[in-house]
Amino acid sequence: MAEAIKISNLSKTYNNGLIALNGISLTVGEGDFFALLGPNGAGKSTTIGILSTLIRKSAGDVKIFGKNVESHVYETKLDLGVVPQEVNFSQFEKVGDIVLTQAGYYGLTRKVAASRAEKYLKKLGLWEKRNERSRSLSGGMKRRLMIARALVHEPRLLILDEPTAGVDIELRRSMWEFLSELNQSGTTIILTTHYLEEAEQLCRNIAIIDGGQIVEHCSMKKLLAQLDSQTYVVELSYPMTDVIEFGPLVASAVVLDSLTLEITISSNVGMSSLFDLFKKLGLEVQDLRMKSNRLEQLFLSKLKKSGEGQLV
Amino acid sequence: MFSSHKYIAFETIVVKEVRRFSRIWLQTLVPPAITIGLYFVVFGNLVGRRIGDMGGFNYMEFILPGLIMMAVIQNSYSNVVSSFFSHKFQRSIEELLVSPVPNFIILAGFVVGGMVRGLAVGAVVTIMASFFITINVQHPFLTVSVVLLTSIVFSLAGFINAIFANTFDDISIIPTFVLTPLIYLGGVFYSVSLLPVFWSSLSYLNPIFYMVNTFRYGFLGVSDTNVLWAIAMLGLFVCGLTLVCLSLLHRGTGLRA
Repeated sequence: MAEAIKISNLSKTYNNGLIALNGISLTVGEGDFFALLGPNGAGKSTTIGILSTLIRKSAGDVKIFGKNVESHVYETKLDLGVVPQEVNFSQFEKVGDIVLTQAGYYGLTRKVAASRAEKYLKKLGLWEKRNERSRSLSGGMKRRLMIARALVHEPRLLILDEPTAGVDIELRRSMWEFLSELNQSGTTIILTTHYLEEAEQLCRNIAIIDGGQIVEHCSMKKLLAQLDSQTYVVELSYPMTDVIEFGPLVASAVVLDSLTLEITISSNVGMSSLFDLFKKLGLEVQDLRMKSNRLEQLFLSKLKKSGEGQLV
Repeated sequence: MFSSHKYIAFETIVVKEVRRFSRIWLQTLVPPAITIGLYFVVFGNLVGRRIGDMGGFNYMEFILPGLIMMAVIQNSYSNVVSSFFSHKFQRSIEELLVSPVPNFIILAGFVVGGMVRGLAVGAVVTIMASFFITINVQHPFLTVSVVLLTSIVFSLAGFINAIFANTFDDISIIPTFVLTPLIYLGGVFYSVSLLPVFWSSLSYLNPIFYMVNTFRYGFLGVSDTNVLWAIAMLGLFVCGLTLVCLSLLHRGTGLRA
């Protein structure tokens, strides 16, 4: 697979001495849906800032579709669309004008710009709002507007910095659908998010960054395979009357109340074996859910290993 | 980026700038017209009648070029400084910085935006003045050249101010404490020949003095200074300030981390 992004030994030290990135190397394949995860202050936004030329690197090399971002400024910028973490459009402008202005910056003629603006504003459910001032939009609409704006020049690479932060679940899911379709149509997407369920659902490859260093860089499947156990919360239909012996299949079991259990099983144990065991023990399961997202467990364990990302 | 793309980007910035100040015309176009109208009524008509002629012209005719120039300077400067700083403040400047628009196009777009507002207000003032006096222009080409160059100079100066500004206070310090005194002491309301030697010599250190007087020469055919020298100085200011602006944009001063 050709490389959409190749980052080699990238470092960034800010004027105040803060080392945001400490020689990271990263590759994102063309057509990939890639998750860049990390706690606050890990260096995600700095990496994105350097890719989009808003932040100057201290050392290292960054290539987008094989071209250096410093020596091929215009070509690399044409290939790139960025959706930042914070709203960064004029609050006094109309929704349609914001998208059309961005199209103008990329040299699109009025005719092309108008048709692209219509296409993306419709896709993101903002067409009816095109003549309204952007400050009147809700938080979720503002985020969708930034996506429409970033797509108007149809970049090959789209970087989304926490695009669903503060967005309600219904809208978040519709955005996932939109982004999946976009990725399937060939756009490479890099996503940073604090919703690990989102990363697990959407992304094929992942990098975890912490303290300015990459602590994990592999496929999502490979990462999830590292989980050796999973914890489930089990809701029972009838209260337990006796102390129950689960046997070797269950690594640990905690009774939360007479109707609720928390059990941990090895990743190798299939769900059918677990349900067979419940049946054998005479327990009727009303509901079963994972205690925490699988990626969340791994994410936290990776951060613990790197010794960073902890509150002090 | 192809030339046609650059032109579209340039046009986009200019249209955006013009749309911005046109949208808030009550704040941008009307107040200068009212202020200058008051200058005409108070200084030109009421006080001017007692002053009599100056430089061989009635006082209203004498101050008109200076008043137009004052409007052009203040509005060219304030348009660029407030617009570019607002872009920084709202972070919408990132839209431009992430895009492939070259620095010189960004600069040209904002400067032309400032010029359009400066010249629009200058035109409003001229139209207002035509209700009070008959306007004659002795050297039309020179008059247009000087007003264009002056609006470029102050648009560029406003751009530099906006780049270094971190707060809204920072964009009002220069206009209040530097520009306004220089304009008022630049011979808008008087001929420096009336001043004592010391103050008259000091006036020659004020660049706005040359702009006002050359502009006045374009209108009336009289000036306190050498017109060619003033034009050359304006050209040098345009070149020097352009280089400073491009260098600041290239280094990302105040814009990129």
